Amino acid sequence: MTPDNLFGIHTKALDVWQRRSEVLANNLANADTPDYKARDVDFSKVLAAASGAADADGVSLATPTPGQIGGASAAQGALEYRVPNQPTMDGNTVDEQVEQAAFAANGVHYQASLSFITAQIRMLRTAITGGQG
Amino acid sequence: MSLFTIFNVAGSGMAAQSVRLNTVASNLANADSVASSPEAAYRSREPLFAAVQQRVGLADQAQAEGVRVAGVTESQAAIPSRYEPGNPLANADGYVYSSNVNPVDELVNMISASRSYQNNVEVMNSTRQLLQKTLDLGK
Repeated sequence: MTPDNLFGIHTKALDVWQRRSEVLANNLANADTPDYKARDVDFSKVLAAASGAADADGVSLATPTPGQIGGASAAQGALEYRVPNQPTMDGNTVDEQVEQAAFAANGVHYQASLSFITAQIRMLRTAITGGQG
Repeated sequence: MSLFTIFNVAGSGMAAQSVRLNTVASNLANADSVASSPEAAYRSREPLFAAVQQRVGLADQAQAEGVRVAGVTESQAAIPSRYEPGNPLANADGYVYSSNVNPVDELVNMISASRSYQNNVEVMNSTRQLLQKTLDLGK
């Protein structure tokens, strides 16, 4: 059992949440930048690309030997521009409330993925120690 | 580790907003400054922000990595003049020229800048907590 299928989709999800929090932090940092367009990661699209065995974009490194780690991050690409709620005079499409809410929700999702992985590690530890540890 | 780059991003946001707060402080401090010519009068200043494009990849993936201060602009609003012959800075005709700072604009700017600064601090705090949880993974 390799660690990759032990933790299932959660390691990939963690990668996506991390990437998304970076994008959202960028939006918040540029909340007052003229002509800055807010961006976001389309989670379902990224997850579909990450969980599909065949890489749609074909940019991932081949991993012919078991245990090799693929080179391309799952969360690259799939960046999309947010549809603004209301027009602004300076062309900036960052809505601070929306970004804050998305950032907070993203943090919760990240913690959820973390706790799934922690549960798997606990399970494995129980299997190793036979419940003695 | 992309969570660490968030510290840089939020830090650049905080730095940019503090420049903005600095110009607001300078503008408010000079709101009542006078000069003997319109050229020498204090003009209201405001920083101009621009997104930092660092990640070079496919055109679609070029993504901002923080914010920077592109420059500081000076307001082109008219400089008001006052007739004050007794003022030591008055010119030959007895006029002094005051700054074109609008205190209401500056206060609005100050509130906006401090809110944005707080947003960036909040982002940094959340990221720190997430990193801490990641370090505690498996405990």
